[in-house]
Amino acid sequence: MTPHMLTRSLDRGAAIFLAVVAACGILIPLSNLLLPAGSFLQVPTYLVALWGKYVCYAVLALSIDLIWGYCGILSLGHGAFFALGGYAMGMYLMRQIGTRGVYGNPILPDFMVFLNYSKLPWSWYGFDMFWFAALMVLLVPGLLAFCFGWLAFRSRVTGVYLSIITQAMTYALLLAFFRNDFGFGGNNGLTDFKDILGFNVQAEATRAALFALSCLALILSFLICRSVVSSKLGKVLIAIRDAESRSRFLGYRVESYKLFVFTLSACMAGVAGALYVPQVGIINPSEFAPGNSIEAVIWVAVGGRGTLVGAALGAIVVNYAKTFFTSGVLAPYWLFMLGALFILVTLLLPKGIVGTFNAWREASRERRPAQAHASAAADDGVTESKMAEKRS
Amino acid sequence: MPTNLSARLCTFVLSLFLLAFALPAFAGPFEDAVAKFANDDYSDTDEAIGVVASSGNALAFPIISALQDGRLMADLDSKKVYVTGTDGKSIDAATGQPVASVPDSASAVRLNNRLRRSVDAALGSLTLQSPDLGARLQAAQSVFKSHEETALEPVESALAKETNRSVKTALGDARAAILLFKSDATEVQKLEAVATIKARGDQEALALLSDIGSDQPASVAKAATSAIGSIQSSLAVWSMVQNAWYGLSLGSVLLLAAIGLAITFGVMGVINMAHGEMVMIGAYTTFVVQEVIRTRYPALFDYSLLIAVPLAFLVAGAIGVLIERSIIRFLYGRPLETLLATWGLSLVLQQAVRTMFGPTNREVGNPSWMSGAFDLGQITITYNRLWILVFTLAVFMILLAMLRYTALGLEMRAVTQNRRMAASMGIATSRVDALTFGLGSGIAGIAGVALSQIDNVSPNLGQSYIIDSFMVVVFGGVGNLWGTLVGAFTLGIANKFLEPVAGAVLGKIAILVLIILFIQKRPRGLFALKGRAVEA
Repeated sequence: MTPHMLTRSLDRGAAIFLAVVAACGILIPLSNLLLPAGSFLQVPTYLVALWGKYVCYAVLALSIDLIWGYCGILSLGHGAFFALGGYAMGMYLMRQIGTRGVYGNPILPDFMVFLNYSKLPWSWYGFDMFWFAALMVLLVPGLLAFCFGWLAFRSRVTGVYLSIITQAMTYALLLAFFRNDFGFGGNNGLTDFKDILGFNVQAEATRAALFALSCLALILSFLICRSVVSSKLGKVLIAIRDAESRSRFLGYRVESYKLFVFTLSACMAGVAGALYVPQVGIINPSEFAPGNSIEAVIWVAVGGRGTLVGAALGAIVVNYAKTFFTSGVLAPYWLFMLGALFILVTLLLPKGIVGTFNAWREASRERRPAQAHASAAADDGVTESKMAEKRS
Repeated sequence: MPTNLSARLCTFVLSLFLLAFALPAFAGPFEDAVAKFANDDYSDTDEAIGVVASSGNALAFPIISALQDGRLMADLDSKKVYVTGTDGKSIDAATGQPVASVPDSASAVRLNNRLRRSVDAALGSLTLQSPDLGARLQAAQSVFKSHEETALEPVESALAKETNRSVKTALGDARAAILLFKSDATEVQKLEAVATIKARGDQEALALLSDIGSDQPASVAKAATSAIGSIQSSLAVWSMVQNAWYGLSLGSVLLLAAIGLAITFGVMGVINMAHGEMVMIGAYTTFVVQEVIRTRYPALFDYSLLIAVPLAFLVAGAIGVLIERSIIRFLYGRPLETLLATWGLSLVLQQAVRTMFGPTNREVGNPSWMSGAFDLGQITITYNRLWILVFTLAVFMILLAMLRYTALGLEMRAVTQNRRMAASMGIATSRVDALTFGLGSGIAGIAGVALSQIDNVSPNLGQSYIIDSFMVVVFGGVGNLWGTLVGAFTLGIANKFLEPVAGAVLGKIAILVLIILFIQKRPRGLFALKGRAVEA
């Protein structure tokens, strides 16, 4: 990734997005820590944690958009990679509890003492070191995605078949992690965390720092995705999305491209999960539920498939709406609204919010031909219109 | 208190006198024995139990069972014994005459552990000749398990009188069990006993033969060992049969849930994530039908499912047509979007049902012809599972015939094979699509009727089947109903054979992993469509 490529790939929308995220990442923690509690501009700690969660979801949405929006791989199991990253982080946090657990065992986490484990299972080795856990956050989802993708893409499992088997994958993991003797806390999952890297997880400063880190992760993921999709590799990905067989006949190794982008996307989802866990304070097998993965896909669809800004925005908007509606008197109607969102977005707004906005802007630009030559080529709208052509 | 005593004595003599005339049998051994219960002496009670139990008197059973439950009251002074019924009414134990009330001085006849055993044995042999068939059978079974030597005589006398075949077999088994453990039985008797128990061939026979002990004659021990071997191998076969039956049963459930999906997916290429909700709607239709029947026409309850089947088909089918016309037709050619929209639809339907019927499980009853079970060899088959298997196969056959012999079926097949060509030949493809979707949904509704009999009817009912149904369709291959049939039964049977080895959850995980791997090998399922249609 050269600096030139980076600048080229940044159009105005992306620049604004990055600036806003960076500003939030700096200002919100500062406001939370420096301003007196109760002040008008002070952001309460619970809001910092809540928005930190949204930012993690945005990273997950980006990872889904990278494969679905740009390569046509609809994964209904991305929640699994997210949860695996989360579990890797959760295991590190569990081992940091040490003797402060209910049973006070220096090595074994509480649930293992409770389940009469005599020694630490091999799968937990090394998780007392942060670097190892951090490596696993990338490696475990990445490796699973690599193996899964290698098998699936090589034998040309595509379209809805792929969606269904990714769903089966996360469902199988859900069942496995629910088992007590699987060694990862069973249905209670991992919780009751104390510190991360020596800092108290509950402390305001740690939460603020985690928020800032999540924003940084979002920015980095965005830049990575951006550089992937605007490179030559990205063009091939889009070609594969729009006409897989044709790309293959042109001599591209379709499965290698797909495998690369799928694995990358899984690693990103893992990072999102790892940042998510210390902020919400728990990881349990319900994160593997197929419904969660599908919900993450709809964030992308709402925001705008094939537009990176849209994916991140979609995640934040839908989750904000979820928090807003599920906490009030409207709670029983949230599922109606979510369901309606799925239907209406696919029927009426197939390009999502940002995609529709881009198309509208482009249309208005075409009406003023003098400015038409500007930056349309680099714009997402082009790929979108190609997609629409393919569909019709 | 001499006056009192003399008065009582007078009464006693008088009553003796009266009774002697009124009931000539008073002095008989049964009455004597009953009176012994009032002695408050354990050995007398023991003796009384033996005499009463072997007396053949109709009161014997109520007396001994009352003794067991502490309802046999004895008045130590008057030597009179009463049976207090569970309904609070009392009778005189010796005569069976009802008495107004048991005197306050009477107390329950006491038992110790040794006596409790005699009571149990006595009850066992008494029930061996009970008029109730089930009670006799159960008594024979319990004697088989306890193989008390004392029971030999009652078993043999019961055997001589027994006319029912299954009870007779059970008594024969019980007799064999007793003889096998009786130390002074002859070797020939014991060998015969081993043969009888071997013929029984179940888990209990195995347990019995396994603990005959080492003090048996060599020939008996040898016969027992070989009998154990042959029982074990036959049990292994039966457990295979059992697993296969469970597998067939699970397969029929999977088939029923998946068959509608196979139609919509196969013909239209539409992934209907709301398919499970159609199943749920069918189940709730059954619930509503049963509610109406319960409140208005209770006599029709046994026919409730027969009424629910066409209704569920119509309700779910109508909703299906509505969905196709309002949502899915706008999304043809965009399978991934269809998937998302129908997922949203499934959330809406679930929440709608939750709002209407509440989030908890609703009660759906089994009609009488679907409850109960029967034994086939060493396995038990429940009627509801059997009926569901039959029903599933019937639905499958009807559907197959419909596709083959009706005009709509012909059109559906034409559209499946080549949509544009079919349209050019004058088939109204959009009408076929709507009807196909309605048909698939209607069949899901029918599946809901059947599944309401074995599963909880709750808003989440459909969710638990959707992934399994997709696995079946994907495994079996799209566009071929036989593939769905084979897929469903293969998965069902594989699941049930893995379960005893790996446990229920691990078995399911293994199946999912196997399917994921299988898809790599055959991306289009077991029975894939071939030709140009595939890549389209």
